[in-house]
Amino acid sequence: MKFAKSPILNRRLSPGRSRLVVLALLSGFVVLAGRSLYLQGFDNGFLQKKGESRYERVIEISATRGRIMDRHGDVLAVSTPVKAIWAIPDDAQLAPAQARQLAALLEMDVRELNRKLASDKDFVFIKRQIPPDVADRIAALRLPGIHDQNEYRRYYPSGEVMAHVLGFTGVEDAGQEGVELAMNDMLAGKDGSRRVIKDRRGHIVEDVESIKAPQEGKDVTLALDAKIQYLAYSQLKKAMTDNKAKAGGVVVLDAKTGEVLALANAPTYNPNNRVRLVGAQLRNRAFTDTFEPGSTFKPFTAAYALESGKFHFDTPIDTSPGRLTIGNATIHDAHVHGVLTLAEVIQKSSNVGAAKVALKFQPEELWRVFSSLGFGAPLNLGFPGEVGGRLRPAKNWRPIEQATMSYGHGISVTLMQMAHAYMAFARDGELIPLSLTKVDAPVTAATQVFSSETAHEVRSMLEMAVQPGGTAPRAQIPGYRVAGKTGTAHKLDGGVYAEKYVASFIGFAPASDPRLIVAVMIDEPSAGKYYGGDVAAPVFADVMAGSLRTLGVPQDVPLKPLIMAEAVKEGV
Amino acid sequence: MLRTNLILLLIAAACALGTVSSNHRARKLFTEFEREQNRMRELDVEWGQLQLEQSTWAGHARIEQIARDKLGMRPPAPAQVISLEAVK
Repeated sequence: MKFAKSPILNRRLSPGRSRLVVLALLSGFVVLAGRSLYLQGFDNGFLQKKGESRYERVIEISATRGRIMDRHGDVLAVSTPVKAIWAIPDDAQLAPAQARQLAALLEMDVRELNRKLASDKDFVFIKRQIPPDVADRIAALRLPGIHDQNEYRRYYPSGEVMAHVLGFTGVEDAGQEGVELAMNDMLAGKDGSRRVIKDRRGHIVEDVESIKAPQEGKDVTLALDAKIQYLAYSQLKKAMTDNKAKAGGVVVLDAKTGEVLALANAPTYNPNNRVRLVGAQLRNRAFTDTFEPGSTFKPFTAAYALESGKFHFDTPIDTSPGRLTIGNATIHDAHVHGVLTLAEVIQKSSNVGAAKVALKFQPEELWRVFSSLGFGAPLNLGFPGEVGGRLRPAKNWRPIEQATMSYGHGISVTLMQMAHAYMAFARDGELIPLSLTKVDAPVTAATQVFSSETAHEVRSMLEMAVQPGGTAPRAQIPGYRVAGKTGTAHKLDGGVYAEKYVASFIGFAPASDPRLIVAVMIDEPSAGKYYGGDVAAPVFADVMAGSLRTLGVPQDVPLKPLIMAEAVKEGV
Repeated sequence: MLRTNLILLLIAAACALGTVSSNHRARKLFTEFEREQNRMRELDVEWGQLQLEQSTWAGHARIEQIARDKLGMRPPAPAQVISLEAVK
């Protein structure tokens, strides 16, 4: 039977029923259309987000740490990308052969590798700071559960020469010592991230938004002169060996700008390979170690004596019989000099003379001078671990302390502080702040400590100390006028002065218009000689001569054969 | 009326195609830009490595050693140095 002839079709239905069906279907469509209109037009955020998440990616943009350069732009520290190999131990089911292969590429012991992979953590570093080519070869092995990630490694081409100034960074590329720590905020880059759209092949086709802009680390240009630094380091190293010394430091300052041109310490270390590192090697002695300066301190006493008007360049001071008893303590001179002028007290480094001068003043007056020269407070160069030394409040000074302080005992200073304070003599009585970074602007923040006349007179005394009849003829440099002062201080050992010495020399040249200040400190020279004039002065002369030549400073005396007189022994 | 509508339709279609093609071009250019930026980063890294290499080869210790041992050089004696007045 055909469908058309079906009797059911002949039955008449009420029109209301078909209309109801049509209405029901229609309203169904209206709901659908309304819903789609709502999703497309009014509340489209959710779907759009879902859609975008199918092809949008957030990618990290890593920022590199800034470079450190010397004043001429030579690179002293630079970061280059390396890889870290890490594993998910649960996924890393390596066959013994694979493990051996991996261990060989990583140059590590198979047992150590297996021990790391047996860890129950979700994430272990297998080895960090791997050269990129090795990491590529490991990636080519396609080992399960073994991954790599980018990181940076810092290289120091100058190695041990600059180790103390530059410091170093840890595996996370954050500064841990020296300039790397002091200027970490500037050097460190900040990683950024951005949202992008990637196509099927992984190419980035559109930048959606920058979530966090990356901040590249800034390059730092130090005041350091690599050539002078090398000179200072090599001369210090030589002196260390020759004198069998325990430690030592050399500082070179530019008297015109306050820049630190060189800062060498010994013993040192290689920042590129810090496997066997001990604390003594890490110490930046010029900043973090204090010592009793000894006679290098006398010029400050003399300068104040001149400044006060109570003494003049040639005021006679009776130093006989070479000792002076105050209370139950006695101050000695190495030689009996008799009557000396103030200038000769400095030239021949008489302790008795300096003490007699100092006792003519109130403790407060001397304290104020020493304090204004920067003693007793850190220089605030931002160097980690920088100390200020010890300058006790004047009201606690007993007369014997006031006397010993005049020749640099009973007070502790850093080498950097001493070099800085000598700037007052090199710069006509004014002090300017030191700078580790290159200075381009003219110096503005100068403080006048002594008058210009006083500075010139002390300068003449310091020149006398280097000439025949002084304590340091070995500090002379052909072609230049040199001014400086030796220091030989007993070391305190368990609260008493021992037969151990710190030999030092601080001076500047050319004396007619000082350009450089060089400070040398040799700790515990034990090869027989221990006087500053024998141990530290030759280092000073070599570093100063080389530096002046490097900088092309014009000579200020005609060349004539050096008069090498036997040094006058200074009081210790 | 119909003609105007047809023309407008054609214009609309042309504009739509134009948008598609310019979007495509923009993405291609962006990919290229991205590639160049990567290259820039790579070159920067390489530059750092070259600087490092230069610093290593031109290290003062190495230069001094070669000058002294290989070339037999030494610092001039003071008497051998002639210093000239600077021209003002």
